[in-house]
Amino acid sequence: MTAADTTGRIDREDARRALTAGVAPRRWGSWYVAEHRLLAMKGYVGEAVFQSFGNPLIYLFALGVGLASLVPQGVAGVSYLEFVAPALMATAAMTIAANETTYPVLMGFKWNPTFFGMNAAPLTGGQIVNGIMLAILARMIMTVTIYFGVILAFGAVPSAWGVLAIGSAVLTGMAIGLVLSSYTSTIKDDRGQMAMIQRFGIMPLFLFSGTFFPLEQLPVYLQPIGWISPLWHGAELGRVATYGLEESLWLTVTHVGYLSGIIVVGLWATRRHFVRRLNR
Amino acid sequence: MPESVISATALTKTYGGVAAVDSIDFEVAPGESFGLLGPNGAGKSTTMRMVGAVSTRTSGDLTILGLDPEHHGPDIRSQLGVVPQQDNLDMDLRVRDNLLVYGRYFGLPRALVAERADALLEFAQLADRAKSKVDDLSGGMKRRLTIARALINEPRILLLDEPTTGLDPQARHILWDRLFRLKEQGTTLVLTTHYMDEAEQLCDRLVVVDKGRIMAEGSPAQLIREHSSREVLEVRFGSDRNAHVAEQIVGLGERIEVLPDRLLIYSANGEADLVALTERGLHPITSLVRRSSLEDVFLRLTGRSLIE
Repeated sequence: MTAADTTGRIDREDARRALTAGVAPRRWGSWYVAEHRLLAMKGYVGEAVFQSFGNPLIYLFALGVGLASLVPQGVAGVSYLEFVAPALMATAAMTIAANETTYPVLMGFKWNPTFFGMNAAPLTGGQIVNGIMLAILARMIMTVTIYFGVILAFGAVPSAWGVLAIGSAVLTGMAIGLVLSSYTSTIKDDRGQMAMIQRFGIMPLFLFSGTFFPLEQLPVYLQPIGWISPLWHGAELGRVATYGLEESLWLTVTHVGYLSGIIVVGLWATRRHFVRRLNR
Repeated sequence: MPESVISATALTKTYGGVAAVDSIDFEVAPGESFGLLGPNGAGKSTTMRMVGAVSTRTSGDLTILGLDPEHHGPDIRSQLGVVPQQDNLDMDLRVRDNLLVYGRYFGLPRALVAERADALLEFAQLADRAKSKVDDLSGGMKRRLTIARALINEPRILLLDEPTTGLDPQARHILWDRLFRLKEQGTTLVLTTHYMDEAEQLCDRLVVVDKGRIMAEGSPAQLIREHSSREVLEVRFGSDRNAHVAEQIVGLGERIEVLPDRLLIYSANGEADLVALTERGLHPITSLVRRSSLEDVFLRLTGRSLIE
């Protein structure tokens, strides 16, 4: 029973003060966490910006100029550079997601348990997850936008709708990030799981998601990797935006629905795991 | 009498059927300095996590500032300062930034947080380290920064879980001094410790806990008076002879405790008992007469030493 519950109203000054002070953190807690995480990212903002420019330049030169010379006829009716560029953008978003939702999550629980510090303040487990994801989202938007600018400069965006590829890449990155965080938030000890994620999760996705060649080029038994891969859905969605890849509307809707669905479920699971771990 | 800021009745927490905290009752008055004294694994930290409104109880009642933590966790936590057993400062941020981001968690305006951060860095004697990396601070400095961080919201209650464990004696004394100042300013302190000197220094009142249960409650002086003698005579005859000698001196003092390395003779006058001992032809290798401490209380209540 509480001072509030017994009478239905607050009959104690200190209880009333607590309820008043609790209003702002209840409402804005997620933003406070995002603010914190972005401040922490500021420590490596130089590297992040350099990577954002450097990565696309390297990939676009290697693939768009180098590899593309072997496929002068292009792919699926567009130049090889145009084909591969939106997929590379989605890959960049995936890389950020993988970096930010693996070690940093375990770090916050174990090696530098800042999540417990946040939760000892008025923030809830759910708000902590929201805040982390908002900060990742901000970083991802920055990187993907720069990537898009570079692609644009390479002349690989024929459609005026191309800018929407930023959205599809971000959707892809967040979906993959939330799948990963829903798992990494359950890890108690690092026994190499993170390296496994990189080798047997991220790498195969990168290679078998129709990134460098259309999924149909793969033997039928390998194509399901693409269908379940958020990266394939994101890359195809990006292609619809940047060069108007022809596919049926229901497939486009499926891409958006699939990625959004993963985001919703991943967020729900990650929040649940955080709350369970912080409040045991 | 003012209303309690913390009130626990039959408070219980079980993990997989095992009770970490087993039906304990206690109240903490505003401005009081209240301690939970007990060995590792006694249930102190679990109790602190429930009082800190982060761990839900299995059964019993608990109110903090008149509110139930199960329904009002964030509201209660807005009024608490928490110094956990393990430092959880953000190593990626600099010293002052740690205070700034933490202050924001309470929804405080940036300007106010900045003002308080500077005052708290002075209080924690860390003003000259404001721009340092947290990693570069010593253990004692990190602890002081954690305490400063816990004060950023001007808490009604400060919870300290083993605040000086792992610190060297000098760092402990600096920390005690800072905590004593807070106590003087009227902050309610709740602390857990397995150091009896810490409990004696800082606590107005304490409970002795063991295996999730409260064994005794009172002020340090009261506990010593009720559960121990005024003085203790410690004698060593060598580990192979202690038990044998104990049989020979039955009746000496009020009570005799045989430890592996020494005998403890509880008495009102230790010096007189030492004379009586030598008159019986028993000459210890070393002898010491001291005042009774909370360690003796704990030994009496549980049959075990605090630090094992």
